[in-house]
Amino acid sequence: MSYRVEIRYKEEVKNPLAKGLRRKITDFLHLTPVDIQISDVFTIDAPLSKNEIENIAKIILCDPIIQDYFINPNLPPGYNIYLEVGFLPGVTDNVGKTAKSAIETFLGKKLKEQDKVYTSKLYSFKGSITEKELKTIALELLCNPLIEYYRIYKKGQKVQIYIPKVTLKNDILVEKIDLNSMNDEELLSLSKNRLLALNIDEMKAIKNFLNNKKIIQLRKKQGLDHRITDVELESIAQTWSEHCKHKIFNATIDYYDENGRKETIKSLFKTYIKASTEKIGKKRKDNFLVSVFVDNAGVISFDEKYNLVFKVETHNSPSALDPYGGALTGIVGVNRDVLGTGLGARLIFNTDIFCFADPFYKEKLPPRILHPRRIYDGVVTGVEHGGNKSGIPTINGSIVFDNRFLGKPLVYCGTGGIMPKEINGNPSHIKKINNGDLIVMCGGRIGKDGIHGATFSSEELHEGSPATAVQIGDPITQKKMADFLYIARDMGLYNAITDNGAGGLSSSVGEMSQMSGGCEIELDKAPLKYEGLNPWEILVSESQERMTISVPPDNIEKLLSLARKYDVEATVIGRFTNSGYFHCLYNGKTVAFLPLDFLHNGLPEMKLTARYNNPYKPIPILLKTKHNTGLILKKLLSSLNICSKESVVRKYDHEVQGMSVIKPLTGLFNDGPSDSAVIKPLPDSYKGIVVSHGICPKFSDYDTYNMSALALDEAVRNAVAVGGNINNMACLDNFCWCDPIKSEKNPDGEFKLAQLVRANKALYDYTLDYGIPCISGKDSMKNDYIMGDIKISIPPTLLFSLIGIIDDVRKTQTLDFKNPGENIYIAGLTKDELAGSEFLNLLKIRGGKIPTVNSTVNVELYKKIYKLISDGIISACHDISDGGFGVAIAEMAFSGGLGAKIDLENIPYEGEENYLYRLFSESAGRFIFTAKRESHKFITNFLKGLPFSPVGATTDNDFLEIRYKNKVIIKENIYILKEFWQKTLREL
Amino acid sequence: MAKCLVLAGFGINCELESRNALILAGAKSVDIVHISELTEGNKRLKDYKLIVFPGGFLDGDDLGSAKVQVNRFKYAKIKDTQKRLVDDLFEFVAKDNLAIGICNGFQFMTKAGILPKPDLVQRATLTFNDSGKFEDRWVYLKVNKKSKCVFTKGLEGLYLPVRHGEGKFFCEHDTLTNIMDNYQVVLQYADESYNVTAEYPYNPNGSLRSIAGICDNSGRLFGLMPHPEAFIYPVNHPRWTREDVTEPDGLKIFKNAINYLR
Repeated sequence: MSYRVEIRYKEEVKNPLAKGLRRKITDFLHLTPVDIQISDVFTIDAPLSKNEIENIAKIILCDPIIQDYFINPNLPPGYNIYLEVGFLPGVTDNVGKTAKSAIETFLGKKLKEQDKVYTSKLYSFKGSITEKELKTIALELLCNPLIEYYRIYKKGQKVQIYIPKVTLKNDILVEKIDLNSMNDEELLSLSKNRLLALNIDEMKAIKNFLNNKKIIQLRKKQGLDHRITDVELESIAQTWSEHCKHKIFNATIDYYDENGRKETIKSLFKTYIKASTEKIGKKRKDNFLVSVFVDNAGVISFDEKYNLVFKVETHNSPSALDPYGGALTGIVGVNRDVLGTGLGARLIFNTDIFCFADPFYKEKLPPRILHPRRIYDGVVTGVEHGGNKSGIPTINGSIVFDNRFLGKPLVYCGTGGIMPKEINGNPSHIKKINNGDLIVMCGGRIGKDGIHGATFSSEELHEGSPATAVQIGDPITQKKMADFLYIARDMGLYNAITDNGAGGLSSSVGEMSQMSGGCEIELDKAPLKYEGLNPWEILVSESQERMTISVPPDNIEKLLSLARKYDVEATVIGRFTNSGYFHCLYNGKTVAFLPLDFLHNGLPEMKLTARYNNPYKPIPILLKTKHNTGLILKKLLSSLNICSKESVVRKYDHEVQGMSVIKPLTGLFNDGPSDSAVIKPLPDSYKGIVVSHGICPKFSDYDTYNMSALALDEAVRNAVAVGGNINNMACLDNFCWCDPIKSEKNPDGEFKLAQLVRANKALYDYTLDYGIPCISGKDSMKNDYIMGDIKISIPPTLLFSLIGIIDDVRKTQTLDFKNPGENIYIAGLTKDELAGSEFLNLLKIRGGKIPTVNSTVNVELYKKIYKLISDGIISACHDISDGGFGVAIAEMAFSGGLGAKIDLENIPYEGEENYLYRLFSESAGRFIFTAKRESHKFITNFLKGLPFSPVGATTDNDFLEIRYKNKVIIKENIYILKEFWQKTLREL
Repeated sequence: MAKCLVLAGFGINCELESRNALILAGAKSVDIVHISELTEGNKRLKDYKLIVFPGGFLDGDDLGSAKVQVNRFKYAKIKDTQKRLVDDLFEFVAKDNLAIGICNGFQFMTKAGILPKPDLVQRATLTFNDSGKFEDRWVYLKVNKKSKCVFTKGLEGLYLPVRHGEGKFFCEHDTLTNIMDNYQVVLQYADESYNVTAEYPYNPNGSLRSIAGICDNSGRLFGLMPHPEAFIYPVNHPRWTREDVTEPDGLKIFKNAINYLR
């Protein structure tokens, strides 16, 4: 029996969400509905009596103060046209799941597996909205047809109960494929049709493996033969995917530089990233680096008792298809990485950095691309729900805009954790699995959602991109699981843990089994969301909220009963062995039997060529000085990359857990832009953590070497500006590139690979110079969109995320001017480097010199700035980046509610003379800071030999006055400047 | 010494800082207790003098904030007994004990019918902010000096963060008159000078009469949307780098509670 329960807001109350929707419809679609009402619909498919349903609706689903409930009702009266949006079969319906469990509590009994609650929303419209217009509203705003259905009803129409039940009628089967009989073309088309994302060499390696007589003999004992099973093939494809194996970063590359000189690089990862970290580790001679590159996340030392864990992931492709679900899954996914590092860390902060196209984009969109505003909306909300509901503060982030992110938005999600150095006497960062330990999967169940996520993200977005690659995360299931795992960890019930992310069980158990030397998985034991999944689907599904743990048999009863108590599903699905094989069974029959060595090491090495054959040669630019400079400053302040992101920041809880010290918004009015976040993670100590980042893809159009150096410098500068100590910092590298492999559809692949090589060279040079090791990282290499003749590639983008230890959080500082009459200083050398700057972007000019990073000067300067801040001499400090000196000084002024008088002539400067350079150049390694007049002598002595100078003073009026050669260049009211800075994204 | 219970589990997020706040305020014994410990009967409310219902997203707030928790308290039976959690809670609040619900905890106490009157009848609600969105921002709060509320004794104005999407206080006219007349409206959103205002963003959610927190008739049961446990160190203040912050406002609330129990 099924019922439709509708929850309507009382007329006098109204659903406030309706008001927001009405505004969106007016702003974005230029339609003007007179009134909208939104009701929640629960379709309950369970054998319940009329009386029971009545009580459920009344007591569980309805808030009697503001809502009314209706059972199997007609459409709400008084409206003209209606739209209902619900999930397609099989799509995670968190509210439906919660409703079912609440019904069970209410009834005091469990419902059957197939009894379900499905939720949908009913939008009722007043006014002259036509059916066609409503369809536009559905497709442009309310419904994503990949995961949702919509229906339109007209006044008086009868509503049919619709149940989006998954019905899979196929027989469970294991396909066996004879690769021996296939030629290259057939092998490739097999790879393509099954979305394996394996190239011909890889397909041939698998074919060869099955040509081995000894292997076939062993397989026969297991009931298999010379044919590969689909379970095996899919498992190999996941394990060998770019996403899991980082094939490009491990490839041997012949690199030809701008002069055609050849250099052979054996693995970018080992040559540059790992090598730098190892050198820094050796030099440090302390225990700062605890675990790097070996686990799900990097681990560094915090104090004598605790370690810190940090990781950043991307979730780009899923966010392009379903921005909300993709981003939500991104954040809860990286949470699991940290939860699954060592024996598991407690999650203490999130970061997020997004790259979008202009949300006000007006041109026609290529097929299958969602409007950037919708991506923006969905991603922001997805991360909001993922972070807020999990109780993890989002403390740092940014948004970068460039219209090439139309093809694929970038969604970087990061998480930090803390764990005791020792748990039950064992080092917490070490996992250990013994032969015979049980494989336990806990958390969510397995469905078809997220099948081929790993291989899908290793491909460009194209016509056949599967909808099943999209998942929707469920933060509450994960929160319950995390609560349970912290207790299990401290009770010592498991000895290894990892998350089920890309590649599902195939990857998690596959990786863990290397520690014991083998595994045996009984796929039929895995709990499913619904019947009808084939064994290979169970193995590679990326359904969310799952962790795999290894449990000694003696602990299993305790563990399972603890799980029941915490309402977490935990299931034994096999055991770890030392057989040397990755062994899967289904109903007792072997369905996969692969040597671990082949699975993990059988992947043929990739050989690639990189040519830096088209380097940027500085194009001279001609700067007119007749500009209204004040107006330029205003335009810069309101440009997308510089403007206030307050409307997004406030949607994220940045204070939960009560550790907040420097918040994302700061200053006199709590709305100035902080350079970094600072938190104190322990209740009984003022020791803290600084978190910042650097990202500047705009420089990739000139040279990715500089881009990489500038991104790192920006991250470090941001951390130093609040009082970070360069001696106690570590970073993460996240590369998002456009396809760097040459092919017919990608003719400039070799150049893009050269750009990647150069970014890595800079990473090596500068992390080493700064002594800041990369402790973990990730790459996403196919951020292209190809549809027919249209190809959009993202600019090569590298994010450096930085974590640093602060000895005493009370000795940190913010950017806002504090007192009138204080000296204003600039530190760092300004040059005529405008290439890629926001100023030239505003004028739509390509050219100029690209900023370079002088690490020798910077290291010395950063140490001294740190000292000046922690000694309390600096009263405000801000790094100079996007928009140059002009934007930075304006931000400091309006954040502090004070004016300033500046003389540009005093800025230490090198290059062609023009005040526009001094104002808007984005040279690296620079800060503006303030200090009391009486400190001037001390500061002058202390910074002797470094490029620095006083440039003016703070004033108690509301004006920013900038002079050059005795002429006033800019005189603007700081609150007007602030309005320009705030208005752009305020309503989004 | 009086024992304090901080509830945890199923989406509660602020249990650690709530415990921390109580300890800083002088509490000697604070247990973080998972809801399942209560339903299993391992822990009983009668052993405690103070309960904190901390903030979070109980059950994801999927059916409306804290609704599922209300349902759990009212219908789940304590293991091997015929008692429901709400029966224990009812006994607890009838005695000379203290309870504070913060954010999601306030939503729970209101929807469970503990506030404004502990008789298990829902008289008020907290619903979506007028802005239609979740917001994290600091707010000024005027304390009703005539209120019997134990937690705000001697306080006049507070500065604390709100972090919610469903914080708009709403009730029917009679209830409103009752709680206003009885001085049960403890906290109201205000401007920098602590004058009550309905203006956004001072009143961040559009609450009726700018109500941010209420207590029961005895003043022992208190619920509020802002987060006192998020301001227990001077460095939690958003402007500590530019203003002198002496005693954190959030801590004062917990100190009042602990002093009462002494």
